[in-house]
Amino acid sequence: MLQTFAYVRAGSLNDAVKQLDGPGARVHAGGTDLLGCLRDDVMSAEKVVSISRLDDLRGITPAADGGLRIGALTTIADLAAHPGIAEKYAALAQAAAVVASPQLRNQGTIGGNLCQRPRCWYFRGDYHCTRKGGDMCYAIGGENQYHAIFGGGACWIVHPSDTAPALVALDAKLRLISAKGARMVPAEKFFVLPDENAQKENVLAPGELVTEILLPPMPAGMKSAYRKVRARGSWDFAMAGMALTLTMKADKVADARIVLSGVAPIPWRLQAVEKLIIGQKLDAKLMTKAADLAVVGAKPLEQNAYKVAMVRGIVAEGLEKLL
Amino acid sequence: MDHDNTDKPAPATPGVSRRGFITSVGTGAIGVAAAASLVSAAPPETQADVVAAGGMSSVSLVVNGRRHTMLVEPRWSLLYVLRDRLGLTGTKIGCERGECGACTVLIDGKARYACMTLAVEADGRDITTIEGLMTGEELGTTQQAFADEDAFQCGYCTPGQVMAAESLLRVNPSPTLDEIRQGMAGNLCRCGAYAHIFKAVAKAADLKRQGR
Repeated sequence: MLQTFAYVRAGSLNDAVKQLDGPGARVHAGGTDLLGCLRDDVMSAEKVVSISRLDDLRGITPAADGGLRIGALTTIADLAAHPGIAEKYAALAQAAAVVASPQLRNQGTIGGNLCQRPRCWYFRGDYHCTRKGGDMCYAIGGENQYHAIFGGGACWIVHPSDTAPALVALDAKLRLISAKGARMVPAEKFFVLPDENAQKENVLAPGELVTEILLPPMPAGMKSAYRKVRARGSWDFAMAGMALTLTMKADKVADARIVLSGVAPIPWRLQAVEKLIIGQKLDAKLMTKAADLAVVGAKPLEQNAYKVAMVRGIVAEGLEKLL
Repeated sequence: MDHDNTDKPAPATPGVSRRGFITSVGTGAIGVAAAASLVSAAPPETQADVVAAGGMSSVSLVVNGRRHTMLVEPRWSLLYVLRDRLGLTGTKIGCERGECGACTVLIDGKARYACMTLAVEADGRDITTIEGLMTGEELGTTQQAFADEDAFQCGYCTPGQVMAAESLLRVNPSPTLDEIRQGMAGNLCRCGAYAHIFKAVAKAADLKRQGR
């Protein structure tokens, strides 16, 4: 049985924001991550503020600029099944389709998927690690086969989301709201590295929540894809993965965005690789160069050096397949 | 059935009114005595009611076509309510972390984990459990397919497997083997009866297409 908490089902977004404005309040959308965290005492809640009945925050609609607006309460299953997403934003549809299990996709929301807490077993377990306000990352010198190879430092979690790298690659924007007001944040600027703040994964202030995701209109001819490598064929978090967008002009790369999952505390953008291939003819030699450059700066821990080789393979294969 | 002692609500927060409340609606519904249903003092009209920690909230669940109006604590999972309050023990407790699938039920026709769903969140929803697939004493089509294909060993995960299959077949009436594998990926079978489970799902799809 969970610890007791106060509960309120918000009747409006205004109401939700008011209810969340204060210490100890937690937002409940699909609840799949919140309940797991409460059950494992990863976090506590004095008050659970449910936004699950705010139907205005659900659904996928055309945006004025020709892009798409995704309500934060849209389930991962609805996102994966949406024809407009599959057609124009394949990376996002492919990422949504490989999130967790059918049951969790039916319940979990896109907003929640972006804001979920990490799966590091020390963080989820009974360890007062840096992410919980302690002064030690137990993954360093511990069981670290699934931890970060990039962006570590005070903490070596990997960001668990599949949809986050897809949204960064697609240059989406997130709309956030709190009692202080609303703001727009590019998906890329939403996530926070441990060296900036080891106790949170994103820029959300206390009481602030994601209300919608805006996908920009896609340039003609842009293709995108998401690849996820996991320890088994179904239902697992990524050991490594990649969201990729590619726009070709004649036989040269006009634009590209490459973002890794499963290897860093945030969706890990490979800007150096993007720079390398843009304006170039993407031949076998350049793909090998791109794969080599992708892992420059990787700092594997004792048990996860395999991820370095995995990233090289994912980058080379991904570029070839999408070309 | 009176649940007076189990999971006694925690002491009420000061300033919160407590009142006795008995509810008993429909067969199998429960009376819950001395529960506190509460509302924060004089809320502005735009604000929803806050149920205080340890307090209770009235919910209405339509389970297998029957409406149950009852009081629940916000922290109660739907799994707990189905099994321990409504006596529907076909839905199984496994990991209680949304990892094993033993507690799979349909909520508004879609498979979900009852352990990861608060009962208050299921308020007003249409819930189907394994018991709801029966027609009188007759097994439902998917259940019969599991029996015919010997799709279990110990049987503990089976209700959850059947509900996951039911959900899959409602969305995709003719799944390929790979679609069956992916559709059943949220349910673990410790006995490893997967090959037979996949056969049973394919058979259930066949039977349903024949209108059974």
